[in-house]
Amino acid sequence: MNRLLASVAVMGGALALSACKTTAPDTLPPDPIPTTTATGTGGQTVNQGPMVGSQAHFEQAVNGQNVIFFDTDRYNIDSADAAALQSQAQYLARYPTVTITIEGHCDERGTREYNLALGERRANAAKNYLVGLGVDAGRIQTVSYGKERPVALGSDAASWAQNRRAVSVVIN
Amino acid sequence: MKKLILLVAFVWTAPLAAQDLGAPVPVGGEVEATEEDEGGLTGSVSYEGRLDDLGIAIPGFATDVDKPTPANASGTGALGRELGRIVFNNLKNNGLFKPAGPDSLPQPTFGQITAPQWATWSNRGAEMLVHGYVRARGDGKIVVGCYLYDMALQSELVRGGWIVDPGDWRRAGHKCADLVYSRLTGESPFFDSRIAYIAETGPKDARIKRLAIMDSDGANHRFITTGRATALTPRYSPDYRKLMYLSYVDGNPRIYVYDIGSGRQTLVTQSTNPTFAPRWSPDGKWILYSMAVAGNTDIYRVSAEGGPSVRLTNTPGIDIGGSYSPDGRKIVFESDRSGEQQIYVMDADGGNQKRISFMGGRAATPEWSPRGDQIAFTHIAGDFNIAVMSPQGGGFRRLTRGWQDEAPTWAPNGRIIQFFRTERGTGRTGLWQVDLTGENERRLPTPVDASDPAWGPILP
Repeated sequence: MNRLLASVAVMGGALALSACKTTAPDTLPPDPIPTTTATGTGGQTVNQGPMVGSQAHFEQAVNGQNVIFFDTDRYNIDSADAAALQSQAQYLARYPTVTITIEGHCDERGTREYNLALGERRANAAKNYLVGLGVDAGRIQTVSYGKERPVALGSDAASWAQNRRAVSVVIN
Repeated sequence: MKKLILLVAFVWTAPLAAQDLGAPVPVGGEVEATEEDEGGLTGSVSYEGRLDDLGIAIPGFATDVDKPTPANASGTGALGRELGRIVFNNLKNNGLFKPAGPDSLPQPTFGQITAPQWATWSNRGAEMLVHGYVRARGDGKIVVGCYLYDMALQSELVRGGWIVDPGDWRRAGHKCADLVYSRLTGESPFFDSRIAYIAETGPKDARIKRLAIMDSDGANHRFITTGRATALTPRYSPDYRKLMYLSYVDGNPRIYVYDIGSGRQTLVTQSTNPTFAPRWSPDGKWILYSMAVAGNTDIYRVSAEGGPSVRLTNTPGIDIGGSYSPDGRKIVFESDRSGEQQIYVMDADGGNQKRISFMGGRAATPEWSPRGDQIAFTHIAGDFNIAVMSPQGGGFRRLTRGWQDEAPTWAPNGRIIQFFRTERGTGRTGLWQVDLTGENERRLPTPVDASDPAWGPILP
């Protein structure tokens, strides 16, 4: 509950758009690590939640939308991706010292070298969108892992949909 | 922000500090031909049947005096039998002829090598006979002779001889197998060659990928990298002195040039952009690599000695890979400029880019045959399979029927194609090869799972 409140506070209306996600895989990736933040909203900070600027804090603030998904062989940003990237941009605007790496990934149904290039293109598509939203390009690195680092291990359409992704990771 | 600056500075000034390399691998010695190597075409072959029905007897090689040698703990007599086994296994494992080996044949004496006991071998149904000898020379080197006889003619067809360092003794066996194969088929040799590939271990979501090398028959296997960083897509230089490959050793995908003798490695280009898909020109003077700038990948060419890079493609899409024609004048490459992966040919300077693949489906990872007459590639139409076509795009033929077969590489003589096959579900990988008929397909034994094979030329 507290997570939701925090997210709403950070992202405002952008969150509502996430319901329109059209290309989400049948099985979503695991939720961000659950946290039990004390609800001390006064002056005292009994802060047991993730540290500001950490990956866990970032994922919590963007409600798990640090990952966006792509269709087969595509790298365009659809409306669901746009909503996720808007929430990421708002986080980066609120915490201007945070820098991120965007990892581009592909499913296993591609040749190895092409997938390396495609992952790079996906990571850059996400980066360019964030830059378009006002994030300084110097705060965003990209890296492609091609098909080398799948999260879903099946050889089926649902697994492949989860693996065609761009993941934003806070640089510590 | 500070982190980013530090990282960039690190990459530019100290690329050698970040390494994932094991102990250096010794460079093999030269193989010197002896006076036996006359290339003697002293007669025509009598056999007129199918070559795969041709019976060849390959007994152990004889030795003059059974002497100790660093090449075999039991001496030159045992070494001779091992040499016979190499010739036998090379032919047998590649589906060539009907060979019989040292373990099922009597052992000829040293004197009989040049004066075969015809009756002994004709009784065994052999049409051809391979004889060989091995001798330990005073300086420690090994001398190996190899003779091919036609049983019906009772005459010698060809002979060869080689002087090798003890550590290179297997190469003499490969040279003998190449001599027999070439004389009987009229094709160029291919056994005396090496393969670089990626050794894979671990679960599908945490694969460890190491650069490894081996002889064409899987012997002399060595790991080059430790596995700390993911290594991919190796390519041997034509002189076997260098290996190019992709490594994530600094966290980003970049092409490195590894010098086998010195163990030193350098970046193919001093750029912070990711680089993929390294390729050598047939003369070893040029390197092709693909580089993504702001997400857009193009193919670049640079001298193997270094210097400025020249961009060869400039379309807004993924242009990647590249394989030179044997004369070095043209390059076949892959591009998705049409919306999906297809195969194109261009001049070596990037001019006249023209699509050649129109067989339906997608077409990727083209490799020009060393003979020049075929392009091998990955055909994607539902499943992924190895196929060939002419350099003009005609004559499309699918050679394999796997779920995911990709990344073809040619044998030095352009008659066999190696590739890797991924198993559905488990993601397990292995090296396979197929001949141009598509009929003779087999898996290559490797110590662990294997991908990204790159077959080098005949050893110098």
